[in-house]
Parts: sequence; structure tokens; C-alpha cells
Amino acid sequence: MFRRNIIASGIALMLGAPLSALAADNAEILQIRNEIESMKQSYEARIKALEQRLQRAESVAAKADIHSTQAEPAAEQATASKVPTVGNAFNPAISLILSGTYTNLSQDPADYRITDFIPGGEIEPGSRGFSLAESELIVSANIDPNFYGYLTLALSPENTLGVEEAAIQTTTLGHGLTAKAGRFYSGIGYLNEQHPHSWDFVDAPLAYKAFLGRQYGNDGMQLKWIAPTDTFLEFGAEAGRGSNFPGSERNKNGVGSYALFAHLGDDVGTDHSWRAGISYLHNTAKERTYDDLDNAGNMVSNTLDGNSKLWLADFVWKWAPNGNPAYRNFKLQGEYFRHQESGDLTFDTANLASIDRYSATQSGWYLQGVYQFMPHWRVGLRADRLDSGTVDYGVSNSVNLSGSAYNPSRNSLMVDYSSSEYSRVRLQLAQDKSREGVTDNQVFLQYIMSLGAHGAHKF
Amino acid sequence: MLKQMLKISLLSVLAAISFPALAGLNIVACEPEWGALATELGGDRVKVYNATTAQQDPHHIQARPILLARVRNTDLLVCTGAELEAGWLPILLRQSSNGNIQPGKPGYFEAATYVQKLEIPARLDRAEGDVHAAGNPHIHTDPRNIALVADALAKRLAQLDPASASYYQLRHRAFTGKWQTAIQRWEKQAIPLKGMPVVVQHKAFPYLSRWLGLQEIAVLEPRPGVEPSSGHLGEVLAQISRQPVKMVLRAAYQDGRPSEWLAEKAKIQAVALPFTVGGSEQAQDLFSLFDDTLQKLQAAAK
Repeated sequence: MFRRNIIASGIALMLGAPLSALAADNAEILQIRNEIESMKQSYEARIKALEQRLQRAESVAAKADIHSTQAEPAAEQATASKVPTVGNAFNPAISLILSGTYTNLSQDPADYRITDFIPGGEIEPGSRGFSLAESELIVSANIDPNFYGYLTLALSPENTLGVEEAAIQTTTLGHGLTAKAGRFYSGIGYLNEQHPHSWDFVDAPLAYKAFLGRQYGNDGMQLKWIAPTDTFLEFGAEAGRGSNFPGSERNKNGVGSYALFAHLGDDVGTDHSWRAGISYLHNTAKERTYDDLDNAGNMVSNTLDGNSKLWLADFVWKWAPNGNPAYRNFKLQGEYFRHQESGDLTFDTANLASIDRYSATQSGWYLQGVYQFMPHWRVGLRADRLDSGTVDYGVSNSVNLSGSAYNPSRNSLMVDYSSSEYSRVRLQLAQDKSREGVTDNQVFLQYIMSLGAHGAHKF
Repeated sequence: MLKQMLKISLLSVLAAISFPALAGLNIVACEPEWGALATELGGDRVKVYNATTAQQDPHHIQARPILLARVRNTDLLVCTGAELEAGWLPILLRQSSNGNIQPGKPGYFEAATYVQKLEIPARLDRAEGDVHAAGNPHIHTDPRNIALVADALAKRLAQLDPASASYYQLRHRAFTGKWQTAIQRWEKQAIPLKGMPVVVQHKAFPYLSRWLGLQEIAVLEPRPGVEPSSGHLGEVLAQISRQPVKMVLRAAYQDGRPSEWLAEKAKIQAVALPFTVGGSEQAQDLFSLFDDTLQKLQAAAK
């Protein structure tokens, strides 16, 4: 109020000055000038004082700002302490994989077989036309300070529910040791542990279909040890029920199958990384039943009692410029299988039921390369080869069953587009010569999407 | 013959395997800035392995076998946290079976918990792109955050290696002194940059922008982590013709093409900031990282 009066009178004085100058003498003018001068000085002093006050306030505010960033950890803890009041704070991580395919096959998938290889598991290329692929529901969490648990449910297009994996594992055994128990995909080979949604092709390699019935899972236990070296070196052993192909359900105590594996891996410079391994899987089959065509072309049901010994060698090599796969990267992977199976084979269990010795030594491999040439886009090429090797059905059974020394093969080409790390659309063309004398031209169109918790992928 | 071959191959495998150092603390840093900080504080009592380089996108590396081996043998894991490493670290933690470095244990250090985070999303939806629930994880682009993390990390080193506690304390004090002086120097240098409008390629620099008072007008990625599309680039170009900017910023690990395209069309500067230690020839440690960052900003602002 007071200031406003001074300003007002000052303005009045300045305005009035020229008018009064006509009447007033020099002394008066001088006096007015002096007054204005003194007012000016007092205002400058006031402004200066105000400026100083502002500066002080600013520096205090800046200090408070630094203080506030320093006080942040405490604030963080305060919010963290609120979390337990929420009832679902301990809910496990949930992710859902949605997948569907359109399949075009030039041959009837009902007749699918891999010539000269005893079938088992899921080997068919899927049904023709539109179909839902397996949807996967993955639930996982730390159980307590020492255990981690996870469940992978597979919902099939036929509306059945399957437990793909349900396992617990230790997290803090130390010394590089991890123990796992439950149902899980075996650590043998490279691709075996990976879920279908992270495969680079729509279907499994032929060798996986022929020797493992697509993928080998087991109910059992696993012990893994990572060596205390700067290079990655891992050893693993598994013991399990062995009810899946090439094993079979047995009404027996003890161990039905066991596996051993070793992996070695490292980086070469910043651009390259690799992993290689060897594995061995042993299974015992008891009355393992399968359907096959006999020499006359009739569908018969046979059973096998015997031992299966499978050796695998696997490697994967990845390249990315500067180790940054975001823009361009290349992945080369291959696996070699050698399978020995021997035992007693019962031919045509429903009618003839003739029993004789069976022994076979067979092998196969696949090699695939996948190149991401620009963000979002990848192309891949895969070669599958199987060697039917030597198959001996024994004297009495070779009348009805005989090997034809045919070597099944398949070539696949794929291109896929991922709009983000959570979604992928894929086109795959394949020429499948699994059946002797028959070429199946296959076209697959597939989507794979993942929802929910961020899943970390294995190497 | 076979025996001999086996022997040779076994020997060559053994020769290829190297064993970790035994002395001091073995540290695995998820990003090079934390590796550099650990070296500043730990000196020769620590052995640091960086899981990523400045040329790699820390969101998207793979859980390579060598990382598993390193994490298995480490005493301390120094990471950013705030879900930056969500795509690869959980699998390393779980498979390494190293009880010392599991979350909650002293051997697990998350830098982002010690600073105030920006851009905490109000809505968690993947339709928004690669959003982080805890906020933007690129906290190290503000040196004041590094000072806060240094305080916490020095304490952690002393906790894990009490025999060298006074050594770490001494180094921490020396580092803090030098760092505060450097911050003052950088802030003085950056006065002309205050309020400068810029475009960024990825939301990698909110902390840097807040510190220096840069104004981020637009982002080249339509959503965080989604590669810039030509349509979106066109929109940004139209936007900056109305709202002129000085430069477009990106991190060293990012593809330069979107930035270069915009720079050429809009006649502005495209600046690849080192982002972290090793991101440019000059950025060899934390000090030179910010020296170089400011120098590059100043050069482009002229």
C-alpha cells in the first residue's frame, strides 16, 4: 500500500513537473530532481535487496532439490513397506502363449510316417486347414529362499489339458549345483529343453520326431553342476520314470530312464558366442505298443520290449555385430543323433503275435541357420536327414517286416516377422520326404504371441 | 589311437577353459557404467566383468553361456534393475545356482533402487511398448544419480569384504570429492544448453535432460523399444518444422539411420552420445563419459 502511494506520487510528480516548470523557479526544479534521484536510489537498493532474497531462496530450493534426490531411497523403502498389504502381491508370474496355424499339406497327414523308424510320441505334421496350436500357460515364482517352481500347461486344440512341465528347483544350493524335481523337459541336446513357442520353425526337426517322439520330457530328478571356470562348462544327470517314447509305462519301482549330458560354451570376441554339448539318454521299454504297416501294406499293432540308447551331439553358434542382436544376427545350430535299440518285438499282437529279436542302429541330423537381416524380419533354412542304418527284425518277423534302407529327408524354409519381442508371425515352406516314394509339400502360416509376465529366454 | 585322440581332445578342452581369479571380490556388472563405478570404488581389490558393452542394448542381450559361468562365480552382481535386464538376468540368476547373488542377498545390488525414477507409467499395458513399471531405467545419464549409487555401492563393498572396508571408504571419499567437482564443472559448461529443444531416438536420456534442462520435444520411437517407422518419422519432421530443435540424440548402441535421416531432412545435428563407458573413443571411464557427452552436446549446439 505504502509502496503504491510512493509510485503514484512519483508518477504524478513526473507528469506534473513540466507543467509546474512554467511557473516554478530553478530552485524548485532542482529540489524535484533531487527528490526523484533519491527515490531512484532507494528503489535500486530495494530491487537489489529483493534480488538477493531471490538468490538466497533459489539456492535453498536447489539444496532442497539435491536433498530430495538423496532422500529418495528412504521414500522407496516407504512405498515398498506398503506392498504386503495388497493381497495378491505374492502371486506368481503368469504368462500365456497363444498360437495358431494354417496348414496346407499335399499328402494326407493321417498316413504320415517316417519310413523305417519305429514311431512314438507326436510326430504328425498337424491337421490340414486352420487349427489352433497348443496354447501354453506358464506360472512361476520363487517358493521360498531356497526353491523356485514353475508349471507349464498345454491346452490342446482338442480341448485337453496337458502338464508339459511342473517342476521345482533349488536356487541357492551353491557350488554351482542345481537340483530339479518333477516333470520337465530333459537337458539333453540343444532344442529339447526349449518350448515349441521359442522354436525357429513351426515343427520339430525330423530327428527329434524319429528318436524322441518330438521332444523328451520325463517325470524325475535332475542334478546339474556348473564348473567354477570362466568358460561355461556344465554337467548334468537325470533319473526318471521313463514312461515317454522311446521308453514306456512300466509297473516297476526304480529308475526307468536316465540321462547324462555335458555342455561347453564361450564367447569369441564380442561378436560370436557358442555352445556345444554331448548327451546320452537310456530308456527301457516294456510292451511299448505302436502301429505300423507290414510288408503286405496292412496296418498292424506291434509291441517292443527292449533297451534304447541314444547319443546326441549338439552345437549352436550365434553371431551379432558387436554382440548387439537387436538389428542383425545369425544363429547356426545343428544336432546329430545316434540311436541303438534292441529287444524283443512282437509282431501283430492282435492276431499272429510272433516274437523275435529286434535290433537297430540308426542315425540322423539336422542343421539350421536363421538370419535376422533387419529389425523384425528373419529368414531361416533347415535341412533334416535321417539314416535308417541297419534294422534287424529277426528271422521270423522279417517275413512280415523289413527295412527298405530308405533315408528320410526334409528341407524347410521360413520367414518370420516380429512386431515386438512378444509377437511373431511366420510362413514356412517345406518339402517333406519322410515317407518312401512320397513328397509332401507343406505350407504353414503361424502366429505365436505371448501375454503377461516377461519371459526370459534361454541361450 | 582312439585313446590318444581322446587324450588330445580332453587336453585341448582343458586348455580352452580359463579359471576365475581368486583374490578380492569378483564383480559382474550388468552395464559398463556400474563396472566402471565398481572399479573406481574397489580399485585393485575387485575384479570386474561387464556383462554388456556400450555397443549392446541392455534390454536385449542373450543369456549367453559365458554369462552363466561368470554369474556362477561372482560375489557381487551390480545391475541397474527397474526391469532393464528382465529379458536375460532372471535366467542367469536361476540357472547359476549362486546363492550369494539372489535378489535380497547382499551380493545382489540394484542401482535404480537408490535414486528417484522418472517416467513411472500411469498405465501398464504392452500396447504402450516396452514400458517399465518401476520407471525409466536409464538413471546413469545424470551424474548426481551416480553419486547416490556410489554411496550405496561403497557400503555394499565394505559389507561383502569387511577386511578392505577402510580401503573402499577411502576410495569412495576420494571419488566423491572428484565427482562433485566434476559435476560443478559440467554444470557450468552446460549453462548455455539450458532449455535447448532436442529430439531423442529412444527415451534413453530423461535423466540427462532433467539435469541439464534440455527440452525433449519428440521421440523417434513411436513407443519405447519399437523401431521408428517412416510414418512416425514424418510426423516428427512435421512437428519440428513448427517447433525447431537443435539436434537429435541417440545412444551409441542404437541404429543411426533414423537419426541421420531426420538430421538431413531437418538440417539439424545427429548426435550419438556415448551413453555409457566405452560408447565412444573418448569415454573410457565415468569422468570422460560425461566430458565427452557435454563436449558432443556443446559442439552440436553451436
